[in-house]
Amino acid sequence: MLQNLWDHRIACAAVVLFAIGFATLLLHRNLMKKIIALNIMDTATYLFLTSLGYISNRTASIITDGVTEMERYVNPLPAGLVLTGIVVSVSVTAVLLGLTIRLYQRYHTLNLDEIYMMAQQEQEEDT
Amino acid sequence: MKHNLRRWLAQWDAGELDFTAKTASPELPQPRAETEWSKEPVRRLERRQAAAFNRIYPVLAAILCTVMIGFLFFTVSELPAFGSSDSPAHNEVTKRYVEQGMAETGAVNTVSGVILDYRAFDTLGESHVLFTATTAVLILLLTAQEEAEPKQQREIMQRDPILRQTAKIVVPLAMLFGIYVIFNGHLGPGGGFAGGSVIGGALILYVVSFGFERLEKLLNLKTFRIIVLCALCFYSLSKCYSFFCGANGLETIFSAGTPGRIFSAGLILPLNIAVGIVVACTMYGFYSLFRRGRI
Repeated sequence: MLQNLWDHRIACAAVVLFAIGFATLLLHRNLMKKIIALNIMDTATYLFLTSLGYISNRTASIITDGVTEMERYVNPLPAGLVLTGIVVSVSVTAVLLGLTIRLYQRYHTLNLDEIYMMAQQEQEEDT
Repeated sequence: MKHNLRRWLAQWDAGELDFTAKTASPELPQPRAETEWSKEPVRRLERRQAAAFNRIYPVLAAILCTVMIGFLFFTVSELPAFGSSDSPAHNEVTKRYVEQGMAETGAVNTVSGVILDYRAFDTLGESHVLFTATTAVLILLLTAQEEAEPKQQREIMQRDPILRQTAKIVVPLAMLFGIYVIFNGHLGPGGGFAGGSVIGGALILYVVSFGFERLEKLLNLKTFRIIVLCALCFYSLSKCYSFFCGANGLETIFSAGTPGRIFSAGLILPLNIAVGIVVACTMYGFYSLFRRGRI
């Protein structure tokens, strides 16, 4: 098992990155840090996906010298999937940052607990 | 300097960094002082419960994280051998993409062929996700308020000779490089997303060093809308056409051409340009929205 883990050290690095992001997401109450943690988790996923597409002793999947044998190129599919993922994560990050700015303008804090308390109190006052 | 940075980080950590103070609209309710709600008995009870929850929560979170890491490491250790060619990820789909891709799409770069021809629907959705995100940020931040940044500070930044001279050299080169990457998308590493980000970065650098006023004549909210909508509509309509023809076995007017030539690969080059325009405008739009609340 340890040998196998060492062979998959890139995937292990991805797991560690994912865990760092997940722990930050759970443990920190600061919205900015939560967004950063989400981005770290995204990156871990891309690293893992790209490592799945790799085949040793092959080149990037750009056809050179007219050779179209599968035996020469790595898997092009994970690269395309990662490209999609990057764009989606950029969009999600932008929307999250926009929402955070609005929350900050209203409550003057980035702490999720305080925001929650104030929002609850506002709700009680309304009813 | 170091002390300042540490204090800034500590403030940031506590969530009390006041970087949007000037943008807070007066009609929004101001936050209450601490004393106002800590005196209420009901609130105190809730706070005690919250304190108990706050004690248990980190432990639970740590346990959850550990269990998840254990599962993930176990899964990783069971994966098929790294870098081997007979893992189940490399199946007949990949084989088809690599071996027939150049003949069918005309793209030398197989990844471009996959994302803009075989799986163009995917990329169409992707561009629309970007567009939707810009719209959402626009709705969230587009307010008729004064610019978030003090004018004085901006002027100091723009008078910086090092920044201006560097920008004079770097901006045209970055633009050119971005255009090269977009036009080279079907021939080598590159494509609409990468090139569009480079152009967007060049636009941001220009705006940082020379101010928004100059670029605004060329790229304001109106032209932004028109450019992005035209690019997205062109993408959707041309792909509708090619999907319709492909599904019914008809010949399209876009031929694959000679692989390796710049005007080849049928729709891939125009689609790359459309995607590049959308991405460049979106990157600049995000920056402009976050910096001053409008495009």
